[in-house]
Amino acid sequence: MLSKRIIPCLDVRNGRTTKGVKFENNVDIGDPVDMARYYYEEGADELVFYDITASSEGRGIMLEVVAKVAREIFIPFSVGGGLNTLDDMRAVVLAGAEKVSVNSGAVKNPEIIRQGAEAFGNQCVVLGMDVLKVEVTEATPSGYEIVIHGGRVHTGMDAVEWAQRAESLGAGEICLNSIDADGTREGYEINLTRLISTSVGIPVIASGGAGKPEHLVDVLREGCASAALIASMTHFGGYKVKQLKDHLHEQGVKVRMTW
Amino acid sequence: MIAIVDYRAGNLTSVAAAVDKLGFEGKVTSDPADIAAAERVIFPGVGAAESAMANLHEMGLASPLLHAIASGKPFLGICIGFQLLFEYSAEDGGVDCLGALQGRVVRFADDLHEGDEELPLKVPHMGWNHVTFTRSHPVWEGVPTDAEFYFVHSYHPIPIAEDVVGTTTYGIEFASAVARYNLVAFQFHPEKSGRPGLKLLDNFCRWNP
Repeated sequence: MLSKRIIPCLDVRNGRTTKGVKFENNVDIGDPVDMARYYYEEGADELVFYDITASSEGRGIMLEVVAKVAREIFIPFSVGGGLNTLDDMRAVVLAGAEKVSVNSGAVKNPEIIRQGAEAFGNQCVVLGMDVLKVEVTEATPSGYEIVIHGGRVHTGMDAVEWAQRAESLGAGEICLNSIDADGTREGYEINLTRLISTSVGIPVIASGGAGKPEHLVDVLREGCASAALIASMTHFGGYKVKQLKDHLHEQGVKVRMTW
Repeated sequence: MIAIVDYRAGNLTSVAAAVDKLGFEGKVTSDPADIAAAERVIFPGVGAAESAMANLHEMGLASPLLHAIASGKPFLGICIGFQLLFEYSAEDGGVDCLGALQGRVVRFADDLHEGDEELPLKVPHMGWNHVTFTRSHPVWEGVPTDAEFYFVHSYHPIPIAEDVVGTTTYGIEFASAVARYNLVAFQFHPEKSGRPGLKLLDNFCRWNP
């Protein structure tokens, strides 16, 4: 039986993680390769790197980070942030990432999903979706809208329709981030996660709002998510991946317990 | 030297990195001479069967691979490199494959269910799952029986029973590992399966059938 995945997300700017993991000795580690190794040893099932670099120089540094991570950790990882063209995706794949995550780039040019899937296979292309709860309108019948640029720009696109379109274009997975829940640590947006999970045939990774182990149980069970993204909880929230997995295991959610 | 066969079916960085990490000399290559000279061969890859087979033919690699298998040197197939060893795949409307193993490759049904999950199972089967070691084999040595391995695939082979050495459950029970003489092949990615996966690769790199 397939295990639910726990996926730490690391934000990287100019080759450094923006928020380090607080290890037992309380020293912040800002090297993404060290953090990746830490989470690999801790039992993370997969990793997500999100490049928030603005400059092209920083992009080159990110590719070096990807290449180092690929040589040192032996679990899957994806890279996202600012990937707008097939060449952007190819550079990340050639550096050693299993998956590339497209978000705003796909909203502006949905064909990038098809191009990526044809070039690297569906399993390689993750659609990142930032979603905001809105009023039900003709344009957004689900009551959820796609937003870009960290939630600052509305697109008028319905979240369910976009998820289904991305699947038909060839996306192999969806990473679903609730802008409403993000940063609250009050739990994932269960309704949204469930809505998207039940609307597509591909796996959905829930993101945004994790603060307690119970939140993961909820989103993996009621939200029907295949995986849960975590960040602050384990980066500096005092939780360890193992603790989260122990809790999920006790609650009857199947997770990988041997690594 | 261990030949890691590059036939433009996905990125071989992680396979090469894992072999290197284990202290063996791997060489990512498309050259039939390397495959012939290699002490052992790893045939990895991700992607669709039709384009993968087309690449093998175009690059003149199909018969060098079959020769390597027939030569008796240790040979490891991974993921699409596992599926292509069979006679036929139903992917892309049907593709004739290498035929080194008897059996064909079929898609997971769309209406499979598992445990207390209310939704039908997602296809692809993506993520970590158990492998039951149904028959002893040198590659399993020292690998914890409760270990999980990383899968990502929508199709799975149906081998003959005597070739199966490992099975996995995803709505149905399917063959996730086969072995025949000097050949062993996995549906999952040992190079992406943490320490248990590295142990499997290490076992393969030391195996003398």
